[in-house]
Amino acid sequence: MNIPGKGIAKGYIETAKNLFGSYVDKERLTTVSYPEEKIPAKENARNFPFLVFDKEPLDGLRCVACSICEKECPPQCIYIVKDKDENGKAMKRPKIFDIDVSVCMSCQICVEVCPFDAIKMDTAFELSGDDRFEGLLLKRDELAKSNEYYHSIHPTEAANVDAQLEAERKKKEAAKRAKEEAARKKAEEKAKAAAEQTKESSERSEE
Amino acid sequence: MNGLDSLFINLKAWILDLPWIPEKALPLVSMAVSISAILMVFPFLFAMTTVVERKLLGRIQNRYGPNRVGPYGFLQWAADGIKTLTKENVVPRSADKIVHFLAPLALLCPVLLAFSIIPFGRNMTPIELDAGLLFFFAVGAGTELAVFMAGWSSRNKYSLLGSMRAVAQMISYEMPLLLSAISVVMMVGSMNLNDIVAAQSEFSGWIPNWHVLTPWGLLGCFIFLIAAMAESNRSPFDLPEAESEIIAGYFVEYSGMKFALFFLGEYMGLFVMGGLWITLFFGGWQAPLPFEWLQWFPSWGWFILKLTALIFFFIWTRGTLPRVRTDQLMALAWKFLLPLSLFNLVVAGLWRFSSEVAVIGQVVRWTLGFGLVFVLYVAFGSQFGTGRRFARRTYKYVD
Repeated sequence: MNIPGKGIAKGYIETAKNLFGSYVDKERLTTVSYPEEKIPAKENARNFPFLVFDKEPLDGLRCVACSICEKECPPQCIYIVKDKDENGKAMKRPKIFDIDVSVCMSCQICVEVCPFDAIKMDTAFELSGDDRFEGLLLKRDELAKSNEYYHSIHPTEAANVDAQLEAERKKKEAAKRAKEEAARKKAEEKAKAAAEQTKESSERSEE
Repeated sequence: MNGLDSLFINLKAWILDLPWIPEKALPLVSMAVSISAILMVFPFLFAMTTVVERKLLGRIQNRYGPNRVGPYGFLQWAADGIKTLTKENVVPRSADKIVHFLAPLALLCPVLLAFSIIPFGRNMTPIELDAGLLFFFAVGAGTELAVFMAGWSSRNKYSLLGSMRAVAQMISYEMPLLLSAISVVMMVGSMNLNDIVAAQSEFSGWIPNWHVLTPWGLLGCFIFLIAAMAESNRSPFDLPEAESEIIAGYFVEYSGMKFALFFLGEYMGLFVMGGLWITLFFGGWQAPLPFEWLQWFPSWGWFILKLTALIFFFIWTRGTLPRVRTDQLMALAWKFLLPLSLFNLVVAGLWRFSSEVAVIGQVVRWTLGFGLVFVLYVAFGSQFGTGRRFARRTYKYVD
């Protein structure tokens, strides 16, 4: 028999289960008390970009100040000035590298376009400060973070990048070695040819 | 009669005995004491309810709810109060300023007046009126005017829509509310709420003679509860304020303390409706069991306990049921509650005139009574949910 209000009673039981269950079973709760408790970030989380360095914070920066990311950045939140040595010659290193995180839209395009794997996405999100302007303009030294840090936030991605860089480095080395080999061979052949020529000429002269 | 039970009565007597109060001012002072007691207890209950409601609603949705201010967030009401008190009071430029100002007061005053006839405990009725129930409904009808004042004077389409919904809803539900209360008046033969409480004071064995435990009382209390929810704009009947449709209904244009007054008025209306419900059907301030060792618990304590349980049920309902549509709201009032309450009057009349039968007749009377109520409920309730069913939609050009 269909008693009216049966569905409503079912609903009441369901909410009562939630009400009392959430006091007993912590697993039911979908939220955490945020500043005291934190949910570990997902591996693919991303927020704002940072610069990766190997070993040294300044000299180890992978960034060569090529300004590709500056040009590609849709909201134009990146500002780069190339560093110069004492002779006024441009160095492969940024003197100024600013990211205005109040403008950045976390699109990751700078990461996509960087040919040197120098800029990557960070997961830090607790960036609020009391200064609205300077506080949200991240400078080069604040942006520079070690490769180990990169490994700690995005392990899989960082491992892939490292492997790729290593492969590229090996390839480059191999190419260099091959080039050297070729050059040496060429030189040897040249020397041989020269020797033969002198031999021939000497023979001829002997005749 | 122990000290705890008559604590407030003795307190009032002590105040009235103070030597420096002139003889002529005594009635005035007596009234002032009663009024200030109501004004202290129930707004505090309102403050606590807002916190507990938010916490319980959170738990129903499997989250924590407010837990920052004070231990477990129980001082949240203080933070909210300070916030509303210090907020800017904005009045729309095109609003009718006087009516706009008066509306929250016009809502709160009738609600507070309605408190004056509720028996909160033994000898604790602020005003003993012979026509107490009539006074309650007469005064309660004033809130409809206040709601419409607020909606009209704001000059905002949402306010007006909300207030029109509110008036339609309140007038529709006034009818079953009154008719279900009248069944109690029929049985007791008095509109004095103290008489109604006294009529429920006996016990049959361990079972109290509360009206809710009779067939007509069960149905009456059910109708009264639903109608009271609708009267005080509680979810699932919160169409007049429907945050997701018309923002906040008739108090869109109110801010700061005036907004808080609307809230206060609404919750006070809920409490006074709940108090009346308890008085009519749940024995008022009477203890539920006839034991000697329960006597130490004060009568006003039982009242507060019953009221708290009812508030918990209201919160539970808010967390469970979605808001009804306007047509469902009207159908529920006119097609379900109204005929049911009219038939309930018939059941109450039959019950009244069959009380003198013998023991076997009593068994037949109780069985028939509950059976009749159940049949009526199913007969009028089965129209809901079994009506129009939508056919599975097929898309001509998709498949």
